[in-house]
Amino acid sequence: MVKYILKRLLIAVFVIFGVTFITYTLFRMMPDNYVWRKFEETSQSNPNWQEQALRVMELYGLNVPVVKGYFIWLGQALAGNFGTSFIDGAEVVSKIKNAIPISFWMSLCVTILQLVIAIPLGIRAAVNQYGPADYITTVFTLLGISLPSFFFAAIMIKIFAVDLGWFDASLGSISMDFSGNAFEKFLNQAWHLILPIIISTILSLGGLMRYTRTNMLEVLNADYIRTAKAKGVKKGNIIYKHAFKNTAIPLVTTLAGILPGLFGGSYVIEQLFGIQGIGYVSYQATLQGDIPFAMAYYLFITILTVLGILIADIMYAVVDPRVKLGK
Amino acid sequence: MNEEEKIITEESSLPQNAEHAEAQPDPGQGQTSLSDSVKTLSPGQLVLKRFFRSKLSIVGLAVLVALFLICFIGPFFCGDVSYDTVDLNGAPQVTTEPIVFVVDGVEYTMYDIQYTPSINMKDYPSADHLLGTDEHGRDVFVRLMYGGRVSLTIGFVVVLLETLVGVIIGGIAGYCGGIVDQIIMRIVDVFYCVPQMPILFICSAIMSANEINGFARIYWLLLVLIVFGWAGTARMVRGQILSLREQEFMLAARSMGLPAGRKIFRHLIPNVMPQLIVSMTLGLGGIILTESTLSFLNLGVPPPYATWGNMLGCLTSGDFTIISNFFNIWGPAGICIMLAVLSFNFIGDGLRDAFDPKMKK
Repeated sequence: MVKYILKRLLIAVFVIFGVTFITYTLFRMMPDNYVWRKFEETSQSNPNWQEQALRVMELYGLNVPVVKGYFIWLGQALAGNFGTSFIDGAEVVSKIKNAIPISFWMSLCVTILQLVIAIPLGIRAAVNQYGPADYITTVFTLLGISLPSFFFAAIMIKIFAVDLGWFDASLGSISMDFSGNAFEKFLNQAWHLILPIIISTILSLGGLMRYTRTNMLEVLNADYIRTAKAKGVKKGNIIYKHAFKNTAIPLVTTLAGILPGLFGGSYVIEQLFGIQGIGYVSYQATLQGDIPFAMAYYLFITILTVLGILIADIMYAVVDPRVKLGK
Repeated sequence: MNEEEKIITEESSLPQNAEHAEAQPDPGQGQTSLSDSVKTLSPGQLVLKRFFRSKLSIVGLAVLVALFLICFIGPFFCGDVSYDTVDLNGAPQVTTEPIVFVVDGVEYTMYDIQYTPSINMKDYPSADHLLGTDEHGRDVFVRLMYGGRVSLTIGFVVVLLETLVGVIIGGIAGYCGGIVDQIIMRIVDVFYCVPQMPILFICSAIMSANEINGFARIYWLLLVLIVFGWAGTARMVRGQILSLREQEFMLAARSMGLPAGRKIFRHLIPNVMPQLIVSMTLGLGGIILTESTLSFLNLGVPPPYATWGNMLGCLTSGDFTIISNFFNIWGPAGICIMLAVLSFNFIGDGLRDAFDPKMKK
């Protein structure tokens, strides 16, 4: 087990290395360099802007070949120095720390709601396969997956914020002219985040529900369930004790895969609602070529993804005694 | 699919299925001899029969066929109106300017009437424009059809190619095993863990900076989607082949001394096909969504080319009047995306159930 985990961690290091290298190479392929562009804007008042730009680029390892530049970045990153963001000069690490909480709390709410709603619905759909409950839940949850998130969000904004006025139509994560104590601030923020949370939940329900249904169906078709039925075990017992325990195995593994999503934020929803979460900030950084910030963020996301997969595999062995790790 | 065919054909002639086949054609006929009542179905027929039992699959298939027909045949009936044709027959701007002059004590008023044709933009649905016109005076319905061509084609091309790449790479890894498997799987791991959306953002930024615009951008977009999309298929195929390799029929194939090519293409790949077809169908919806999200963020196929995604781009333009008053401009494209993705999901679900040999119902 320990040997297996060590081996996987080694692979994980390699994967992180590969992913950051690909990302870095792509960033460097953007001919429109942020530093150069910024200094070019000051070209009228600043005659030797090219010189200064080159100096800054050298500082960040941007004027050397891609591979060398990558290792300069890697060396700095390993030493814990991620540099400062090009856009606002803020420390990259503190910028990420500031942007994460709001995304995290939103994702946490979405995940909990998703579990509470999707798993029971999935079980019910599987038990009554091809019955009305199955059709209704399948149609609604598939609608959720099939809706483009921005389109659905636009409709929800139009209905609930603009037409009905239940939510602040100017969106954002807090009222513009807000003043009050911490508790009022919390309430105000919660009020702003309800709509994006509802939208994300509805959009993400389908995947988990369908996954639960699929696995449940597989288990329900197994021989031991027929045996249990033949013995006369109560239906509720068969479903929740015999069948669900085996359905939970793949579910646990997917749940571990959700981990990076909790911190990753959502690009589209945060963009549309103007919530300054990690998704929004990193999206802006990516488009503007803010290499220090974006690279630190992608390193972070990749580590979480790799960890998520590793935890999923370990959990798989923990919940299913038939699975032996290390093979 | 021959190997599987035989197995399922045998299964289908088992008594319980025979009863089922008998019950359908004529329940009232009563006693018939066994050979009359048993209808042997080929596995393909069996899958089709199961597939068409699910009403959702039929609905999905019908909607999809309709979308395809409308998008690919529809534009031929639109005369010379194309996706970038601007309708200049808008409410003409008529300015009247009175010019008053006096001749011999009589006051005359002359009107200088200027008639300038204008772009018919944000028009409501009418007989001329079934879904009205957008903010640049282009017919929404015509754009919807051209957009569907691009969106649906992108989906199919990307999914077919990435499946091909995935099957080859995953197949090699799973079949060879050992060090080859290790090396290939590490590369697959890297591509599997690359955060997809941000990579797409960067790639579109690179495309914009290199001034790849217009239709060429669609091809680059295809390439990027394939390069960062095949890893999932490869993992799945490898996993399947690893477990198939240990089964008895592969042992038989090995002991019969079949060549590797025959083992792979006759015995392994056909057994992966059901999962592949299902994941391809579901993947199609995913690609259409990804393309539309990119186009929505103005990172995908640029206007004036129409895709369902960039027809929704007006939502990001900050023009709130469009969101609240002109549903006919952005609504139809969103509904089309939804219908297409939903249909692919229905069909994928139906296929999954239909291919599952454990399903006796």
